[in-house]
Amino acid sequence: MRHIISILVENEAGALSRISGLFSARGYNIETLTVAPTEDASMSRMTIVTTGSEDVIEQITKQLNKLIEVVKVIDLSEAEHIERELMLIKVRAGQKEREDMKRMADIFRGRIIDVSDNTYTIELTGDTQKLDAFIKSLDQGAIIETVRTGASGIGRGNRVLRV
Amino acid sequence: MDRAKTTTLTGAEIVVRCLQEEGVEYVFGYPGGAVLFIYDELFKQDKVKHVLVRHEQGAVHAADGYSRSSQKVGVCLVTSGPGVTNAVTGIATAYMDSIPLVVLTGQVPTHAIGLDAFQECDTVGITRPCVKHNFLVKNVRDLAITMKKAFHIATTGRPGPVLVDIPKDITQQACEFDYPESVHMRSYSPVRKGHAGQIKKAVQLLLEAERPMVYTGGGVVLSDSSAQLRELVRLLGFPCTNTLMGLGAYPATDKQFLGMLGMHGTYEANMAMQHCDVLLAIGARFDDRVIGNPAHFAQNPRKIIHVDIDPSSISKRVKVDVPIVGNIPDVLEDILKQLKSTKPRDLSAWWKQINEWRAKDCLRYDRKSAIIKPQFVLEKLYEVTQGRAFITSDVGQHQMWAAQFYKFDEPRRWINSGGLGTMGFGLPAAMGVQLANRGATVACVTGESSIQMCLQELSTCKQYRLPIKIINLNNKYMGMVRQWQEFFHGNRYSESYMDALPDFVKLAEGYGHRGVLIDKPADVEPALREAFAAKNELVFLDFITDQKENVYPMIPGGKGITEMILYEDL
Repeated sequence: MRHIISILVENEAGALSRISGLFSARGYNIETLTVAPTEDASMSRMTIVTTGSEDVIEQITKQLNKLIEVVKVIDLSEAEHIERELMLIKVRAGQKEREDMKRMADIFRGRIIDVSDNTYTIELTGDTQKLDAFIKSLDQGAIIETVRTGASGIGRGNRVLRV
Repeated sequence: MDRAKTTTLTGAEIVVRCLQEEGVEYVFGYPGGAVLFIYDELFKQDKVKHVLVRHEQGAVHAADGYSRSSQKVGVCLVTSGPGVTNAVTGIATAYMDSIPLVVLTGQVPTHAIGLDAFQECDTVGITRPCVKHNFLVKNVRDLAITMKKAFHIATTGRPGPVLVDIPKDITQQACEFDYPESVHMRSYSPVRKGHAGQIKKAVQLLLEAERPMVYTGGGVVLSDSSAQLRELVRLLGFPCTNTLMGLGAYPATDKQFLGMLGMHGTYEANMAMQHCDVLLAIGARFDDRVIGNPAHFAQNPRKIIHVDIDPSSISKRVKVDVPIVGNIPDVLEDILKQLKSTKPRDLSAWWKQINEWRAKDCLRYDRKSAIIKPQFVLEKLYEVTQGRAFITSDVGQHQMWAAQFYKFDEPRRWINSGGLGTMGFGLPAAMGVQLANRGATVACVTGESSIQMCLQELSTCKQYRLPIKIINLNNKYMGMVRQWQEFFHGNRYSESYMDALPDFVKLAEGYGHRGVLIDKPADVEPALREAFAAKNELVFLDFITDQKENVYPMIPGGKGITEMILYEDL
């Protein structure tokens, strides 16, 4: 099962490697991992997308909580939440393809943020499936380069993760 | 006002002052370039005593033995680079057994970090997976608070080693010294009290049990809750077993004690584990050497109550019905309070079954042998020391025989590397034990292979006049490797035989100690008596034992807890 785990962690050197090291040492999967400071600069928020049985996910959250620098952990997928991921994708867009490519970007509510003679760079935000769907819908030969941030997530409504 | 609050000190002075403030008695260490300023400060005072080992691994094991036998935190100090890498085995050993240590390591100056400087290594990176926490101090102003945090983290919650890496320039720079009395960390606050509702459920299960069993591990020893455990077990009249790490928590000579359980545990303890209907697990973690194959263990239905300070130990290998996260003595007190008004159930049918299992006499061995049997040496060791010695051990057959045959009635008397299984642990650990318990009898049970892994510490023993008795069970084989090769590898003894062993008597003498060779069963007891009578001398007793002796019972790797190979099966 896919789970999305949110972690509040002290913004200290080495905290990221403690967390990623935990995953590799205990053989847990990381599909994506994103991290950045929060509004309180002394703390970072990390989002990890992982897969595993219920037992494995339980161990992951327990082991994360055990790390000294980890302040709080929640499994977002236990309840209603929102996920977003950002992708920048550079595609071939010569005279012939330009119109089609623009239309595809519009359909997926993407924005063209850089243009050259024969390329577009499209910015696209959404959940992971949407970004996957966009990539699939393109002529694979047209894709020059993609970069994705991995998912970030937040609980819906009153469900919050803060100190 | 405390003088400490207003003084300006160098980083090196701060380190030593922090150790003094923490009441540290001994620092086990080895000097080197990056820690010279700290050593200079140690030289100028005599409150904190330094013990100079012969190899950094020995420093950490000694601090570890000191801690295990005294419930105080163990402290060591090593230099950067190879000083650290040599210490890693010791740190990992302490980590696996949850021993509170503060390990201070020198580092190259901050401006040289990352430039592949002489004796540089990424200490924080290398040790990260085998410490409870570690720090790199990059500013002298952070040094005192980091030291405070290190002691706080090492000794609270589930204990463990904490490392503080201190670059050399930090030890030279000065700042105002202010040692806080306590420390608060928003990301770290271990629980103490167990959940009241869970405790109630646990009490209910304990009172309804028809075939109960109490299984306890190192957590009971580490949290000093042996008294509460004894009271609980006696009040309920339940059978009790201890893990290798938990021996001594419940008195081994008590009739409710079923012996150690696990891979080399007793028949009765393993059978009772499998057939009980309610299992109370305290400070233990159902590891592979204890319950064997978890799928086999799950074949019998039973309700499990698990008390542990570390939530990640609960439901890790075995699903638990009533988890109780908390400090063991607090939880046991709460359980006891609720139990005192109740009457224990009649368990005579269950005890009858257990006594049938006991009648197997699973620790039998050939007592008529003309060659010295290792079990015989341990029985005699127990008699001669009247069960009151501190026993350290290395790793292998001798460790299992010591655990089986030396009946520990008190906690913190049995000091061994249970989790990591570190050969070479025994002798340096014994040094720490002896320093923590100056007048006490300390014996290191070892084998000819293990002892050679930290043999250099015989020199430290001489320097500090540590009258340890070394019980070397010499069968010329890495005995446990040989046993597995006999059982599972068609008697192909691949590289487990050691040719050209040293003459241990001469070797002991070379280090300034006494050595004795014993090769006849009749000489075992007199040799032990004579050795233990020598109160001020290290005596190295080299017992030439049966090369083919095996440890029974044995659960082969991956098998179930009741799938034991017994002596009588062969």
